[in-house]
Amino acid sequence: MAEQNTEERIVGIDLGTTNSLVAYMEGDTPVVIPGEDGDRLVPSVVAVGDDGVTIGNAARSTLIASPDRAVYSAKRLMGRGIDDVQDELKLFPFHLSPDQKPGEVLRLTIGGRELTPPEISAYILQQLKHNAERYFGPGSKVTKAVITVPAYFNDAQRQATRDAARIAGLEVLRLVNEPTAAALAYGLDRSKDGVIAVYDFGGGTFDISILKLHEGIFEVISTNGDTHLGGDDIDNLLIAVAVEDIRGDMGLDVTTSGEAIQAIRKAVIEAKIALSSQSSVAVDVTLPAEFGGKHYLREITREQFEQLAASVIERTLVPCKQVMKDAGLAAAQVDEVVLVGGSTRIPLVRKLVDEMFDLAARGKKPHTDLNPDEVVALGAAVQARILAGGSKATEDMLLLDVTPLSLGIEALGGVVAQIIGRNSTIPASATEHFTTGVDGQTNVAIHVVQGERELAKDCRSLARFDLKGIPPMTAGIPRIEVKFLIDANGILHVSAREQRSAKQAEIEVKPTYGLTDEQVEAMILSSFDNAEADLAARQLIEARNEGENILTLVHKARTNPAWQQLSAEEVANITAKEVELGTAMKQEDHSVIRSAIDALDLATRRYAELSMSTAITSAMVGETMQSANEKMGDGPSAPHPIAKAELIS
Amino acid sequence: MLKTADNAVPVACWSCSVAKTPETLFCQHCSKIQPPLEGDFYSVFNLERKLNLDLAALEREFHRLTRKLHPDNFARATETEQAWSLADTAMVNDAYRTLKDPIRRTEYLLMLEGAQIGEENSGKNRVDPSRVPADLLEEVFELNMQLEEMRAARKLGETDAALEADLQTAKIKFDGLLADVDEQLKTQWGVWDQGDEATRKSAMTDMVSLIDRRNYIRNLVRDVNEALGS
Repeated sequence: MAEQNTEERIVGIDLGTTNSLVAYMEGDTPVVIPGEDGDRLVPSVVAVGDDGVTIGNAARSTLIASPDRAVYSAKRLMGRGIDDVQDELKLFPFHLSPDQKPGEVLRLTIGGRELTPPEISAYILQQLKHNAERYFGPGSKVTKAVITVPAYFNDAQRQATRDAARIAGLEVLRLVNEPTAAALAYGLDRSKDGVIAVYDFGGGTFDISILKLHEGIFEVISTNGDTHLGGDDIDNLLIAVAVEDIRGDMGLDVTTSGEAIQAIRKAVIEAKIALSSQSSVAVDVTLPAEFGGKHYLREITREQFEQLAASVIERTLVPCKQVMKDAGLAAAQVDEVVLVGGSTRIPLVRKLVDEMFDLAARGKKPHTDLNPDEVVALGAAVQARILAGGSKATEDMLLLDVTPLSLGIEALGGVVAQIIGRNSTIPASATEHFTTGVDGQTNVAIHVVQGERELAKDCRSLARFDLKGIPPMTAGIPRIEVKFLIDANGILHVSAREQRSAKQAEIEVKPTYGLTDEQVEAMILSSFDNAEADLAARQLIEARNEGENILTLVHKARTNPAWQQLSAEEVANITAKEVELGTAMKQEDHSVIRSAIDALDLATRRYAELSMSTAITSAMVGETMQSANEKMGDGPSAPHPIAKAELIS
Repeated sequence: MLKTADNAVPVACWSCSVAKTPETLFCQHCSKIQPPLEGDFYSVFNLERKLNLDLAALEREFHRLTRKLHPDNFARATETEQAWSLADTAMVNDAYRTLKDPIRRTEYLLMLEGAQIGEENSGKNRVDPSRVPADLLEEVFELNMQLEEMRAARKLGETDAALEADLQTAKIKFDGLLADVDEQLKTQWGVWDQGDEATRKSAMTDMVSLIDRRNYIRNLVRDVNEALGS
């Protein structure tokens, strides 16, 4: 067991807008790793309270009760600047720091703390890492991961994701595009060659990818999408309807109440989900106290819902048409369609996909057999196993992905000179030559952009490079060779060389909307690893203290008359659990001690009942010692039900 | 491109020290990846500089090389091996992307042979009057007028059915011209592939002007499509 835990496990992570998951390939089968609460999805919500940060389900209640202490859908802000997020700010309760400047990484104020989107994502990743380590058992460490990103993520968004992983203490072995990961998950048991379309409509992003399968090679032909289109947008429309209703029918303006908006959001999301299986649903919201606790109640039919949602859903058609055009294929040439993402549960989405790819008419159905919420994480686990090697199930599998956006440099007049076209298989490279325009010039500035527009100002600015240290020469004489390389993660690397002097030119990268290496380092050290170590140490001390207490109490219990009523078998069981706890307490993992405490607690349950007075016993039937302990308070006078029972008898 | 000239190719494998032929990607003895090779896109696939290619064979070779060289296979290898795998795979991808597309392939070969192709790399070149092919001067002039009118009408939110019909006609005409150029290019491919030194020289000159003409017409077609909103 111990040996197994020193083995390096690479996990697959789906860092989603709404939910995040971690998965691992057990033998030949990828499985989703549940959290401590048994939930396979970790809601992508982070809350900052006075006593620390909570993540996932634990943070969701904060989101409703005190919305300014929680943040959700932070993925929408990854790799973006203040100018990009104006639309987001209208719909999401993000509080930006007041001194935010254009071109800088965003800083959010949450519960009095300032956090960047990569740090928020890092908390979610850290939770997933923790869940995986817990799942693999005592002493196991997870430090390597494959993380998925929307296929249409640009370089800045990919870098931000990688930064988030570093802050969380994870090395990203590969960033994989979400639709491609889904194809891998489906491809495990399908070795058939053909053309697949993956339609991935999630909470915040939409991707469409066309792949060609050939003898285990998954070759992406083209990809397209919209990083700001998802189920969230449908929610926002439904919220707007409710807000208008409340204004019109009840004369109340709830727009400034974060609490009210969150309550409405929760209700409309539930309604949206119900409408995928029901023809109508009642939306029932209890407004917060400031509105006199009034109820908002209305019926929504599926027809009404579809009329409203159609405008959002139909926006997916534009990328679909472009991706087919880029692939040079007609809908009839697509053999299989895979549906990914929670929003593909909506019947109207399925209808639209059916029409787009002419499925029913060709006697075909889209693939939905894998849970659309989980399939991306499962695919990430498959890619993780491919990288780890040595597995029969994945040995012939190879994923060839593409870059979703064209890479270019700003040329004279602000126009873009394209250097690597979109849909080029990655890794991809291109070499360009530059020279000087002024005699003796020693620096050349290069502006790298990503996007399909003709003018640099309409594309996404990736970075400005300064080529320094060019030997002074007559204008036009230096010949600087710049090599652009997009790696297998879709991330750009640049190197340069002055050819006349063979001098390696120095490159200074100024990431736009990104974090510098130094900033990332600082975040790791100041806010994370320490906090994690501190927390682990504290939990260990607490668990050991509690273990000591219960052992003392059980030891004393042997002199209690109630002990005589236990069967020999029960006594043997208690003794065995005592020994186990004693051993567990020598270990460094608090969760091992906790489970040993729980086991001993359970073994002594009948004794706890017997030892208490009849009145107390009747109230506590079925309680364990620990829960009874909680009910009776844990002050020094009554630390444990056994102590209390001793007093009575 | 994969490797700088000042780095001499070792004749012995870096890993097992057994002598190897310099132009190999993997050591024949210990199967370890070797420093990236220098060469052009044709040499990546071990092909002669020809313009008619067997695309199915090219794809097979692309898959074969990629399976061996892809960074996925080197996730647990040393940093140097990872860097070589990355450089090799990028080169294979760049080569495949260039050679599988007939126009890119032609442009690349012409460049390898030292030809200068028009304004190919000046971004998406706008209509430059000095570069209008002489035989198209009149039509291009008229088309540009129509495009201007169309854009002006669009701005005002108007539709002009007659103008739209004219542009549709122009589109068909220029699409046809594009197809003609492609046919002529194909003929020149054959001449290049079969020819001796002298015929190759003249085929090159012809192809350079055909490519320039093609780029010009392609931009016109794109402008027309944009104006028609299709």
